[in-house]
Amino acid sequence: MRSYVPAYDLIAARNLEHALSMIGDEWKPFAGGTDLMVLYEAGKLPHKKFISIRALPELRGIAVAPDHVTLGALTTYTEVQNHPVLRSEFPLLPRAASETGGIATQNRGTLGGNIVNASPAADTPPTLLVYDADLELISKSGSRWVPYATFHTGYKQMDLRPDELVARIRLPRGRQGWAHYYRKVGTRRAQAISKVCFAGALRKEGGQIVDVRIALGSVAPTVIRCYRTEVALKQEPSVADVTLAQEIAPIDDIRSSAVYRLRVAQNLLAEFQSLLSSS
Amino acid sequence: MQPQIGRSVPRKEGRDKVTGKATYVDDFSLDGMLYGVTIRTPVARGRIRGITFAPHIRWEEFVIVTAKDIPGHNGVALIDEEQPYLAEHVFHHAEEPVALLAHPDKHLLEEARRAVTVNVEPLPPVLKMEDASRVFKSFLVQKGDVDSVWSGADFVVEGEYSTGAQEQLYIENNGMVAVANANDGVTVWGSMQCPYYVHKALRRLFDLPDHKVRVVQLETGGGFGGKEEYPSMIAGHAALLAWKSGKPVKIMYDRAEDMVATTKRHPSVTRHRTAVSKDGRLLGMEIDFAIDGGAYMTLSPVVLSRGTIHAAGPYYCPNVRVKSRAVATNHPPHGAFRGFGAPQSIFALERHMNRVAEAVGLSPEEFRRRNFIRQGETTATGQTINEEVDLSGLMETAFRRSDYYVKRERFSKTNNETTSKKGIGFAAFMHGAGFTGSGEDYLKSMVGVEATADGRFRVLVSSTEIGQGTNTILCQIAAETLGADYDAVEIAKPDTSSAPNSGPTVASRTCMIVGKLVESAALGLKQMMAQSDARPLRAFSQYTAPPGVRWDDEKYQGDAYGAYGWAVYVAEVTVDMLTWETQVDDFVAVQEVGKVIHPVLAAGQIEGGVAQGIGFALYENVVWRDGRMANNQMTNYIMPTAADLPPIRVYFAETPYAYGPSGAKGIGELPMDGPAPAILNAVEHATGLRVDHAPLTPELLCASS
Amino acid sequence: MRIELNCTVNGVARTTQVYPMARLLDVLREKLRLTGTKEGCGEGECGACSVLIDGALVNSCLLPALQAEGAKITTIEGVAAGEKLHAVQEAFLRYGGAQCGMCTPGMILAAVNLLERTPHPTEAEVRNGLAGNLCRCTGYTKIFEAVVKACES
Repeated sequence: MRSYVPAYDLIAARNLEHALSMIGDEWKPFAGGTDLMVLYEAGKLPHKKFISIRALPELRGIAVAPDHVTLGALTTYTEVQNHPVLRSEFPLLPRAASETGGIATQNRGTLGGNIVNASPAADTPPTLLVYDADLELISKSGSRWVPYATFHTGYKQMDLRPDELVARIRLPRGRQGWAHYYRKVGTRRAQAISKVCFAGALRKEGGQIVDVRIALGSVAPTVIRCYRTEVALKQEPSVADVTLAQEIAPIDDIRSSAVYRLRVAQNLLAEFQSLLSSS
Repeated sequence: MQPQIGRSVPRKEGRDKVTGKATYVDDFSLDGMLYGVTIRTPVARGRIRGITFAPHIRWEEFVIVTAKDIPGHNGVALIDEEQPYLAEHVFHHAEEPVALLAHPDKHLLEEARRAVTVNVEPLPPVLKMEDASRVFKSFLVQKGDVDSVWSGADFVVEGEYSTGAQEQLYIENNGMVAVANANDGVTVWGSMQCPYYVHKALRRLFDLPDHKVRVVQLETGGGFGGKEEYPSMIAGHAALLAWKSGKPVKIMYDRAEDMVATTKRHPSVTRHRTAVSKDGRLLGMEIDFAIDGGAYMTLSPVVLSRGTIHAAGPYYCPNVRVKSRAVATNHPPHGAFRGFGAPQSIFALERHMNRVAEAVGLSPEEFRRRNFIRQGETTATGQTINEEVDLSGLMETAFRRSDYYVKRERFSKTNNETTSKKGIGFAAFMHGAGFTGSGEDYLKSMVGVEATADGRFRVLVSSTEIGQGTNTILCQIAAETLGADYDAVEIAKPDTSSAPNSGPTVASRTCMIVGKLVESAALGLKQMMAQSDARPLRAFSQYTAPPGVRWDDEKYQGDAYGAYGWAVYVAEVTVDMLTWETQVDDFVAVQEVGKVIHPVLAAGQIEGGVAQGIGFALYENVVWRDGRMANNQMTNYIMPTAADLPPIRVYFAETPYAYGPSGAKGIGELPMDGPAPAILNAVEHATGLRVDHAPLTPELLCASS
Repeated sequence: MRIELNCTVNGVARTTQVYPMARLLDVLREKLRLTGTKEGCGEGECGACSVLIDGALVNSCLLPALQAEGAKITTIEGVAAGEKLHAVQEAFLRYGGAQCGMCTPGMILAAVNLLERTPHPTEAEVRNGLAGNLCRCTGYTKIFEAVVKACES
């Protein structure tokens, strides 16, 4: 434990209004803590004042409406895995949640925390991209909805003001008949950080892809939708792998190599494409 | 009285472990205790220009120790005494200790650690074995005349094999508590395998006589060799801070420090050149075996010794030359890790034997059958195998249990049709138990058994429980010999102020060597008890070599080990060709071990060793950057989880060893030798890709395809 | 500045003065002197620090004290009922589930929690249920056996 514990302050938000009045450059939100506490223990958490939003009921819960399913930002990975509508209509999300950390992490970690931690290797964000998620960002001056696809603007950069909180994640329904595919290639089978993460969904008519979404993690500075590869899959499927290679930017790092990531990403794309030949 | 041997009696300290009552070093505190941390070098090699203490810390509150504060010799007494406790003018590896700080507030201590800078003048480090110029130790083992075989051989097969560093990754990090002053001497309590190694080191550090140093082992959360020699360093540090401050001091490493600064398995490169006849008989083996010792000698000569002796394996070959060396590089010193050189040289051998088989046109198993050593034949060091050994029988058992023949054929047929390829492979090997050659003579281990005043018994040893079952089996052996109930026998805590020196807890010797001494001391006690009612009553037994054991240390010839465990391991794998990930689906471990003293503990040793071997084979990659371990976190140094490991199926054969307790041989390290070559042989069967490095990461397999 | 933390630990109400960002692991070990919960990695990877918070398995090295306010916490010291061991503890003793013992407290809590959620798990469910608890000694084989046997009794 490398940090100087007495120098850190953590207070509990009394209610949502209190939280929003405090959050800014001085006080930062603290949800499940599974990312922040790791940095803190390594002596790598320079910010020292946090406000715990974990108990705020407005940020919890999964609401099912005719056109949308809306998840509170504090929804944990465990809650995601257990929800019947998510399992039947958005299966990649509970699947990704089950592969995030281990059970103990899943009990504490939250979707909102994962989103604002903005790791390019995060496991559930690619599925949110595939499902066209929107985020509700709230502050003391109001709220706005942004497409998750434009939320991450660069490595650990996002469209989020210091006084804003991610409040809800909204997923449009109506994906009946889509085929879903998720593969996380990690350092081992459980409790692993991904080396390549591939989420995809497609809809076919008469053996042709009419709609497709592909999003990858760990191959770029942010999680990314691969729009050009989606187009290639519909128009020129035999060269989709080349398009993918141009669209992603994998690197060498402590866990893996750029060459490996690229080849695996292309292989997973091919496996995704083979969903076409199965019904 | 039912027999105690061969029964899975309850683990002696088991109840404390499952209830959270067992006291490990971080659970242990003394009044007025300070915490200590270590200041370390930032780069791999250089000169120390000075140490800067940033002004915002109230340094007067801190105890600060540097090399100047060392009362005795600034060197860890082991084989040599060159490794400094605290570097003074020059340093030879990254994270080398330079200074120590202590303070009552362990959080403030971290602030202080950040506020100290070691100012260095970097020098170019040697980071590759081939660039090394200093050799810590070398060996030459020769049998017959290997130079004469090449011209007449039908086939000559060469190969080069390498293994990387591996971190022991005991779940409990290193830690020590010390009390020290010039009047009373030094006492340390902590996590360790060898109390008397620490004792010897502390005497030299403080220039104290025997009775002024006391070392007490606390419950230890795993060792695997990583707590064989390293504890002397951290004990010395805690004691130096205690000496200077006059207060008790605890140094407890966190995971990041333990991984970056303490010992790892020696990386190795082995070159084989083998002459074989067209009917598949080994004519000559020439082996070059090199290991990276890191910056200081520590135990490299002994690791090299074991790796050298095991390099030619369980085969009969009339002409052998093994040339080996341990070289110096500017990495933190490498050290003991289960297997101790043998996993490295056996990995090379068992990969190479498959290659030789292929060249001759024989199946790997038929080639082994034609060359397995048999009773009466000699090893590479000229040791005659006097016991019954049936490696072919063990191999057939392993094949039957793993369905090897059927699977080998089926996988070869079906692999073309899928992106998921299956393979099955095996490795055959032996592992010598006890210290090499004259090592046990040198140790002269001593053991006592006591009949206590309250009608019970106590085993007196310095051998430590580190999870492997020392407490349990030594009590079992004593109980059996005394005709007493297991529950009536306890084992005294290893404390150098009272425990006889039964030698270090290493080298798979605790059951075989120390257990045998417990048996003979118990026998002696029984005889004494028949003649005397005095209590407490104690009997002792000291090691003497079995008759007829001959060893020449100069020529490295003769009876290298008193006994060998013999084994054949089979691994079944699936390789996903989309991701090049290898999953071990099933693992069969068959070994002949003399006698199984405690079935659950014995199987537990094999299962745990196989798990570490699977890690060594596929997952555990140390990433080095400028001579420093960059992936020193559990997130990035990958050890297999429950979801990664297969069922590990263990089978024992028993050919009693006359000089082991109830016939038992040592088994603690044996299981480390087989998994890596068996798995890589299976991967080659599955994919046709030939990789000769462990760990075989997906990236490495991808790069070779 | 310290805060007052009120929680229930192994059925007993406890009040302590703690820094809000103190790790629950340290509060348990140092303030409450419950040293059965262990630190293995300080990064939420090994599970040696596992405890139950309101019935959920949590790595106590990743929980700041403030967030334990009002919680019902179970540590290894609370698993046995006095002298009577839990079926999981008995099974660990019988089937060799503990070797060095360092992962054992967290592993037992993970197993107890698994059996509370899934009273008759398959071997695959046991593997996945314990995947967040690393053991270096056993290779997991006897841990699984112990857990499967524990739910039979």
